[in-house]
Amino acid sequence: MAKINIYDTTMRDGSHAVSHSYTEEQVRAIAGGLDEAGVGFIELTHGDGLGGSSYNYGFSKVNELDLLRAARPVVKNAKLGILMIPGVGTIEDLEVCRETEIDAVRLATHCTEADVAIQHIKYAKKNGLFTVGFLMMVHMISAEELLEQAKIFDDLGVDYVNLADSSGHMLPHEVSEKVSTLVNGLSCPVGYHAHNNLALAMGNSIAAVEAGAQYVDVTCRGLGAGAGNCQGEVLASVLDMMGYETGIDIYKLQDVAEEIVEPLMHRPQTINTSSLMLGYAGVYSSFLLHAYKAAERFDLPARDILFELGKRKMVGGQEDMIVDVAYEMSQKR
Amino acid sequence: MEKVKVGIIGPGNIGTDLMFKILKSKNLEMKTMTGIVESEGLKRAKEMGFNVSTEGAKAVAEDPEIKIVFEATSAPAHLANAPILKEAGKICFDMTPAAVGPYVVPCVNLDELGDDVDDYNMVTCGGQATVPIVSAINAVADVEYAEIVASISSKSAGPGTRANIDEFTQTTAHALKVVGGADTSKAIIILNPAEPPVMMANTIYCRVKNKDEEAIKKSVDEMVKKIQAYVPGYSLRVPPIFDDDRVTVIAQVIGAGDFLPEYSGNLDIINCAAVGAAEIVAERILKGVR
Repeated sequence: MAKINIYDTTMRDGSHAVSHSYTEEQVRAIAGGLDEAGVGFIELTHGDGLGGSSYNYGFSKVNELDLLRAARPVVKNAKLGILMIPGVGTIEDLEVCRETEIDAVRLATHCTEADVAIQHIKYAKKNGLFTVGFLMMVHMISAEELLEQAKIFDDLGVDYVNLADSSGHMLPHEVSEKVSTLVNGLSCPVGYHAHNNLALAMGNSIAAVEAGAQYVDVTCRGLGAGAGNCQGEVLASVLDMMGYETGIDIYKLQDVAEEIVEPLMHRPQTINTSSLMLGYAGVYSSFLLHAYKAAERFDLPARDILFELGKRKMVGGQEDMIVDVAYEMSQKR
Repeated sequence: MEKVKVGIIGPGNIGTDLMFKILKSKNLEMKTMTGIVESEGLKRAKEMGFNVSTEGAKAVAEDPEIKIVFEATSAPAHLANAPILKEAGKICFDMTPAAVGPYVVPCVNLDELGDDVDDYNMVTCGGQATVPIVSAINAVADVEYAEIVASISSKSAGPGTRANIDEFTQTTAHALKVVGGADTSKAIIILNPAEPPVMMANTIYCRVKNKDEEAIKKSVDEMVKKIQAYVPGYSLRVPPIFDDDRVTVIAQVIGAGDFLPEYSGNLDIINCAAVGAAEIVAERILKGVR
């Protein structure tokens, strides 16, 4: 059976869930553990990607370049990678980051805006990085529209195109349809990134693999924005049961999740009312903790704020609009 | 009443909207629209009764009647045109990111720049929308760090913006320091494809040294009035709110709908700023002081 590449983002998407508070000691332990367990790709940056440390998305406790430097020596076999959202980070940031000897970069745009990443993808390819085009909030457009956008990346020669269900809003049949449309229409492989807001992260990831996805994003314990991502140690075990080759020592990965990641979690990665609302209303998962803050600041239910953000079709990165919506709601009260 | 004659290089969306704005101007008179090939924009300008040319900058440089030129092309084109226009003694408003001349945000630094500048760079749309607020806060509270998030509708982001999105964040961040007065800065841009298209929104966060809430509110209020004098669609969606040493303001720009739709507030504000600045420069020319 085909080889499935597990792409770990515990130290990128998972960074949202710990409010970007990773320390050098923590990333050394996680990165070293993942590498030893045979995970092929390890991603590390602020949750909103390179340059994300800000008022809008929350400041990193430790500069992401220092974290990358700490992780680098312990990542011996895996590719150490970063994520960047053009508009938040720039080629200049990438240039500086390359000093940390990263191997891979994923360039993320909203699902309809792939062309804003063209210059960054060209730069990454030219500099010999494993380069991924990453489309966010893919629930918002049809499989055909998605294919058009993915082709922009494919034509640039990316190593694969990743589809992110950033709101955890998609149902398994939608995942199958979108992934298979891209698998059939692109020359490069396809990947999938789930959020567990509707408790479908595992089911959707399996649906993606069965539709031909060769890369799947995971995090240890599912640590991530909203209700978290697809739980890596579980997916590796399930894929093993299904007969897929992942190259992962599932016992070692279970130990990383239980002994290293779980103790540093700020809260259990459950589906509460607000994270359910992210999935239900189709809202960007990393809005969750910011919505809690705005709810407290303006004395409003977080659920109502999130629902309104969904109604207004806010996209990834628009954390500032949480305050906008909450302020307006508080004035109307 | 006598007016100052102007030429526009670049008959695209920006150039055409500028032309419509100049038609409403008190001190500026539209004379020539110039491009490098036949186009819809040139056809439109001709039908409206203006001179048109496909000879680019040359057509305005060689016309001694034209005193003020708007460059609505691209950064490389302006780098090539700037010496020609300078040689011909024109005063240029540069809509591109070329930044041959100093940044100008009319309500903040036009007066300060004095009468010697002959090439004004209009920064970015996000810069025009946010630098004044940072400057207003800095004036009374000393801004240590300014961060802005500009969100614009996907439809209003043209191929130029898309092909070089870093230029927007870098230029805007630079202007927040150089013109806005912040010690350090960051700029973020978001494209939102929602239908109907979203209005341009600009969130301004400032970390301040002296948090005097009343002084900040008053200073921001006064600045908003100054902006509204040349950008009628500018308003605050969220007035200054305070959390520890952070001030947050959210401003919206609804386009005037002169040529471009209302959701193109980003294009409207940079054009309003250029015409607003040109209006003042023209007044000084007419008074004989410049």
